[in-house]
Amino acid sequence: MRIPAQEQVLPVLREKLGGRLLDATVKSPVRIFLLVSAADIMEVSRVIFRDLEARLQTATATDAPDAFEILYHWAFDYIGCVVSVRVKLDKQKPEIDSIAPLCRGAEWIEREMWELMGIAFRGHPDLRHLLLMDDWPAGKFPLRRDFKGLNA
Amino acid sequence: MPKKTIIPIGPCHPLQEEPEFFKLHVDGEKVIGIDIELGYNHRGMEKISEGKTFEQTVFLVERICGICSTSHPIACVQAVENCGDIPVPPRALYIRSIIGEMERLHSHLLWLGLAGHFLGFNTLWMWVWRYREDLLNMFEYITGNRNHYSMMKPGGVRRDIKNEDVPALVKTIAGLRKPLDLFRAVVMEDPLLQARTKGVGCLTKQDVIDFCAVGPVARSSGLDIDVRRDHPHAAYGMVDFKVITTKNGDVFDKVVVRILEMFESISIIEQCCKALPSTPGPVDSNPKEVVPGEGIGHYEAPRGEVIHYIRSDGTNRPARHKVRAPSYVNVATNAKAVLGQYIADATIILGAVDPCYCCTERMAAIDAGTGAKLLDAKELLRLSRQKTEDLKRQMGVEGPKLDMGAFA
Repeated sequence: MRIPAQEQVLPVLREKLGGRLLDATVKSPVRIFLLVSAADIMEVSRVIFRDLEARLQTATATDAPDAFEILYHWAFDYIGCVVSVRVKLDKQKPEIDSIAPLCRGAEWIEREMWELMGIAFRGHPDLRHLLLMDDWPAGKFPLRRDFKGLNA
Repeated sequence: MPKKTIIPIGPCHPLQEEPEFFKLHVDGEKVIGIDIELGYNHRGMEKISEGKTFEQTVFLVERICGICSTSHPIACVQAVENCGDIPVPPRALYIRSIIGEMERLHSHLLWLGLAGHFLGFNTLWMWVWRYREDLLNMFEYITGNRNHYSMMKPGGVRRDIKNEDVPALVKTIAGLRKPLDLFRAVVMEDPLLQARTKGVGCLTKQDVIDFCAVGPVARSSGLDIDVRRDHPHAAYGMVDFKVITTKNGDVFDKVVVRILEMFESISIIEQCCKALPSTPGPVDSNPKEVVPGEGIGHYEAPRGEVIHYIRSDGTNRPARHKVRAPSYVNVATNAKAVLGQYIADATIILGAVDPCYCCTERMAAIDAGTGAKLLDAKELLRLSRQKTEDLKRQMGVEGPKLDMGAFA
């Protein structure tokens, strides 16, 4: 099912996601940010990717002060809207289900977030280094705020 | 387990502008698997960007890629503008679209020339690049640079296009129509080129949806998406243009989409140039600060959608800057496109994506069974050209003829 019009995005998402939708911020009619629980990411992504026919643009992992955040950017090309789904992960043990089995387009970006930010993706079909060299030392994540270089 | 041979393509290969490593798993002549390795050119741009001011960031992202050196800045400044709710004057929007479309023309011409080169049609290559030169000269005339135009800034553009320069610009762009028409006829109607590219490296619509592919790769498989039309920005909401789509998703269709797109680009530039004299300046809204928040900007680069995400914490530097270039999603589709294809076709299939590794981020042959045989890049190009020569003999044709007499 496709969302009929731009202003219907949030109502449709509210109806489809129900209690899984924890918070929504409308930055502009074409930029919507949602907050969901990390445990629900597979179901939320399934609704957005399969039911609502959105396209995964990419995902952004951020080392925020209180948590590791992942933003999944979904483009609704047919109505010209970008919806970003935010999940917050525990600083001590950042872990989340991989959505790559659902959407192949997420495979590379999850590998990238795993090696650069140290987020573990459960159920990823092929979790190896993408950008960093194969013998990169384990436990060093260059995009984290506390990374000061390999020899530090 | 069947005996298979692994053919490494790269990390440095004449097909690729930059290092990237493809390992082709082959059984006899057929490709049965592929490994793609990135990272030979990883420069840590996202991390560097966190140490630059918003204005400097634009110069940094311009250097991600030399071919689409204005697509990244457009997406980046739009992310900053989205984040800080910064207005952009209309004249600047027209100038952004003009520069963006001129870049699409030069990028598609670059690719068309290279595609001819890989297939063994060097005449096509030379002529296509001759007309690309006109464009680069025009770039130099209006922006001061042949590449890396440095035109974008948050809130507008850095340099105005003078009204008295517009006629010269229109003349150069319109002058491309005739040679382009000739290239279109040569490429689309030549039986030999069709034999080399039709039904080769097919991607279905479902494949491109699964891989979240973008740009000409998605459009050639029938997925009708184009950021310019779907998410209007710059001047694209104010001009008329068609989004070109085809159904088959093979190498031929990817060529067709790019060639027909060039005519649309010419039309967009003409429309923008028409509107320019009656749209007074300024071309810059001179933003003083970026309020805390987050913003997303995206732009249809020649290869597909490029997206930038910027988070601001109220300082003059981005707290987080994420960049996703189109080749990042498009190169991954090769995992599907080369399966079951012949080695001699692999070069053109991998090249049909128009990969750009500086944006994302290699080909030779090793026998996995014996570890003895090694096919290198030269050999693969030779194989590709040999196939064209063999087809010429079998079909009794001579290949595309370019009669450039009228233009020479």
